[in-house]
Amino acid sequence: MPSADGQACALVPRAATVGRVWQETHDTWSLELEDTDAPQAQPGQFNMLYAFGVGEVPISFSGDLSDPTRPLHTIRAVGAVTRALCALTPGSSLGVRGPFGVGWPLDAARGGDVVVLAGGIGLAPLRPLLYAALASRGDFGRVVLLYGSRTPADLLYPAELDAWRAASELEVFVTVDAASPEWRGDVGVVTNLVAKAGLDPTRTTAFSCGPEIMMTFCARRLQTLGVPDTKVHVSLERNMKCALGWCGRCQLGSELVCRDGPVLPFAQAAPLMATREL
Amino acid sequence: MRTLEQELEQLPFTQGLRPEHRALIAGCAKNRAFREGSYVFRTGDPADTFYLLRTGRVALEVYGPTRGALTVQTLGPGDILGWSWLFEPYVTSFDARVVSDTRTVAFDGACLRRKAEEDHELGYQLMRGMAQVFTDRLEATRMQLLDVYGDHAQR
Ligand SMILES: Cc1cc2nc3c(=O)[nH]c(=O)nc-3n(C[C@H](O)[C@H](O)[C@H](O)COP(=O)(O)OP(=O)(O)OC[C@H]3O[C@@H](n4cnc5c(N)ncnc54)[C@H](O)[C@@H]3O)c2cc1C
Ligand code: FES
Repeated sequence: MPSADGQACALVPRAATVGRVWQETHDTWSLELEDTDAPQAQPGQFNMLYAFGVGEVPISFSGDLSDPTRPLHTIRAVGAVTRALCALTPGSSLGVRGPFGVGWPLDAARGGDVVVLAGGIGLAPLRPLLYAALASRGDFGRVVLLYGSRTPADLLYPAELDAWRAASELEVFVTVDAASPEWRGDVGVVTNLVAKAGLDPTRTTAFSCGPEIMMTFCARRLQTLGVPDTKVHVSLERNMKCALGWCGRCQLGSELVCRDGPVLPFAQAAPLMATREL
Repeated sequence: MRTLEQELEQLPFTQGLRPEHRALIAGCAKNRAFREGSYVFRTGDPADTFYLLRTGRVALEVYGPTRGALTVQTLGPGDILGWSWLFEPYVTSFDARVVSDTRTVAFDGACLRRKAEEDHELGYQLMRGMAQVFTDRLEATRMQLLDVYGDHAQR
């Protein structure tokens, strides 16, 4: 058990400032923070962001992690706290705690293929993983992104998707659920992309983030192909309070998502996904 | 040059067929190409043909008076386009717009139905192939209905 001082410290946010803010889609914004005392974060980890007077929520890192003092977060405005965070302007203050949690086990894919399956805002927590894979590109075989969203307007980082497509280091497959005739890309569900990408199941380590139902469908499709559940890693989302493994708010079965996750192998996550929150 | 029969050997839908059955259905098939921007068929057209896409991309569209055309699915190489030829009233229920120049193998539905009636083993194999297509499409449609990227599906 941590000391009373340690507990107090870990629960008190440090003050950070919003450096830049830009809108990504109709309901999603990216915030680049100035967080001078921030420790180094890993892809897949998250911060607790505190909108003063409103509340605190877990938000993943979504940018290049090489400079920990300028973390980037991509936030979808769904409720009181996320709306308040998205409304912040450059120079505003907010509270930050973190980084927390277990990130993506990219090392597990070394020597093989990295397959990233993202749905909607789920691309945000996966982007640092893609940056890390590209930074040591020679360590991997194929690096493949399979990304699905509702409509073309909901796609995150479209310019970067185009740039990745143009470069040959990353194979990008994108699909949307519905589109107007101007859209020249794929329309259909994200699991269709699994077949289209022609994956080699013996070489694949998969990383998936999005709504749980989407991650489940993707994991099942990969399983049909011959990729074991232990080689599919998913990121779980549960409401959090302390993010330190103390309060039990995020407990799922025997796991505390804030401490033991949010990233877990699907083999371990699948039974937990069916567990209701406490 | 490869014969149509040899080409059918390469396609997932016909790969499992015995050579004599492949020869039978090749007798109902011919190569057809479509230019970008044209339509393979329109809603309400007689469904007398189905297509195996070899290259290119086709968008299945529905048209709503207030929303205009909406693409609900795109099909690419290896995919099957159209199954209304199997069941009465043999009328298509989508617009199939060619997104990029497309080459297909086009099957004459009436010819296939006749051969399937004459040879039930062939009919069974054909139905098996089509049933797999139906199952995949049904699962995809369910996922679209579930709106898997939406707010309510988030947890
Ligand atoms: C480890 C972790 C990492 C996360 N990373 C990100 C991230 O990078 N970007 C991001 O935008 N969000 C992320 N989230 C989700 C984010 O924490 C929640 O959206 C946030 O807590 C909602 O708080 P709120 O007060 O704004 O809304 P609330 O008042 O809590 O909820 C408002 C409404 O939104 C719905 N809702 C709640 N959470 C979500 C959600 N995740 N998605 C859609 N609808 C929701 C609720 O059911 C409710 O109807 C992450 C969550 C976890 C656990
Ligand atoms: S949020 Fe308190 S234990 Fe996880």
